Amino acid sequence: MSQKIHVAVIGAGPAGLAAAANALAHGAQVTCIDANDQPGGQYWRHRLEQPGRQPGVQPDSTGHHDWKTYLSLRAAFDAGIAAGTLAYLPNTQVWMAQQREDERITLQLTSATAAGTQAPASTLTADRLVVATGAYDRQIPIPGWDLPGVMTAGAVQALIKGQGVLAGQRIVLAGTGPFLLPVASNVAHAGGSVLAICESADLSGWLKNLKAPLAVPAKGIEGAEYIWDLLRHRIPYKRSTVITAIHGAEKVEAVSIARTDKTGAVIAGSEERIENVDCVGLGFGFTTQLELLTAFGVATHMDVDGSLVADVDEFQLTSGANVLAAGEVTGIGGAALAVAEGTVAGYRAALGSGQAPQQSEVAKELKTISRHRAFARAMHQAHQVPDYWSGNLEEDTVVCRCEEVTAGEIIQARDELKAVDARSIKSTTRAGMGWCQGRVCGYAASCLATCGDKHEAFAQSVANTYKRPVSIPVPLGEIADLEDSPKE
Amino acid sequence: MKPVVKSVENPITISVDDAQLTVEAGTTVAGALIAHGITAWRSTRKNERPRGLFCGIGACFDCLVSIDGQPNQRACMVRVCEGQQVDTETAKERP
Repeated sequence: MSQKIHVAVIGAGPAGLAAAANALAHGAQVTCIDANDQPGGQYWRHRLEQPGRQPGVQPDSTGHHDWKTYLSLRAAFDAGIAAGTLAYLPNTQVWMAQQREDERITLQLTSATAAGTQAPASTLTADRLVVATGAYDRQIPIPGWDLPGVMTAGAVQALIKGQGVLAGQRIVLAGTGPFLLPVASNVAHAGGSVLAICESADLSGWLKNLKAPLAVPAKGIEGAEYIWDLLRHRIPYKRSTVITAIHGAEKVEAVSIARTDKTGAVIAGSEERIENVDCVGLGFGFTTQLELLTAFGVATHMDVDGSLVADVDEFQLTSGANVLAAGEVTGIGGAALAVAEGTVAGYRAALGSGQAPQQSEVAKELKTISRHRAFARAMHQAHQVPDYWSGNLEEDTVVCRCEEVTAGEIIQARDELKAVDARSIKSTTRAGMGWCQGRVCGYAASCLATCGDKHEAFAQSVANTYKRPVSIPVPLGEIADLEDSPKE
Repeated sequence: MKPVVKSVENPITISVDDAQLTVEAGTTVAGALIAHGITAWRSTRKNERPRGLFCGIGACFDCLVSIDGQPNQRACMVRVCEGQQVDTETAKERP
């Protein structure tokens, strides 16, 4: 009998759980690495499970969709742990990923938090790698967005779903995309007031491509639930509206909003101010967590929404040998798509090197993927980041939050020092050089540096912001402890 | 504005600088602070501006705080535990 294929899965969200579960089902030995301390990712983030939870006593499902899918994936996951075929490494992050000469993959692991329970620094080698690292809210800078109380829409939701904590009592949500709706719904159910949802798009984009959303009725039903919540809680949903400035001395106190024309430019006279705001949740779509894939030099492309995503074949294989990708890293498209991609990736990853993948093994998932990708394209077309968002910037608006680099400094570097991509901006202004390594400002810095280009210059600039050989901050000692190079 | 504190079901005590806070077991340090109406626990290096939680999921590193003597921990990633010592950072104290 041949030795089991060892599949490493990074991420325990919808894609990672599905990949792990299906790789197990196809006989692989699986290691699943996740930064959080319990499985679920962002989509199925839930309250802390009680240790020694009895079977049948289920994790808290408050505010969740597709919870049945989670429980079924989780059952397979837990069964793998019990059988010894799945090693689950929670609270662990990969800080470097490399391909060895024999095409196996080596991952350098570190503890996600030095406080509390601590995973030891270690090295893991696997035959196959499934990267299912997901995405986080994409941001464009707004004057005052660095005030405490201003956070990502995802943070507002994560606090509620993960901990039952409301980030404020009087919340304004702003950005673009359907994701603002469930966040508003979560806030309302938790007892907070959503004073407004400012959606920068005019939503006419949906009408241009009605076939795609109609092919995914579940999304329509979910959407209808959110609209019902908006009506029931009297939440104003303002289309073609942006926050032009966030006000406050030491924390957010008020916001100015305005209507915009088709280009995203503010319509004069439409400005109004919302007072007594204690929290703002921002999100203009999502940024993929792609750096572990770009470390392998895999082929990427710019998706319809301006996100850099990994190229994959129909079985989720990237251009890198033995490296697969599933979920948001191949294109922002939601949890149902991520589960289908993860399932396909898990199957493909578990195949021996001589075995050819069969479409019939994952026929249902391939159909789901095709329908949901079409839905995602329609969604991205309807919810583009407004072209002229930078028109609302003040000279002293912080763009890079870590290094406190302002819009004025970036524009000066562009115009006077010819820093026309994010990398040159980084070396001249330090934007993108701080703790987050450009995760938050990389998109905006690229927009500013390339003067709103939407093609090659922008794509190249964004791709450069993903070059993070050390993907998260680690103590120097862990780098010093590395062996020379990952050979056999 | 009044702090957003719901009744604490499973109380534990942590120290934040010199103060004792009763917080909900199972929350993160960031969640516990926000539940007490504390929105900032760090000031920036250059302009000494207050910062707290931003991405909430470990990507942005804006919520860094010292926890049990370990500096620069992401408050959104670390769960509270009984007797935990959280030290907020200010620019002046930083070496």
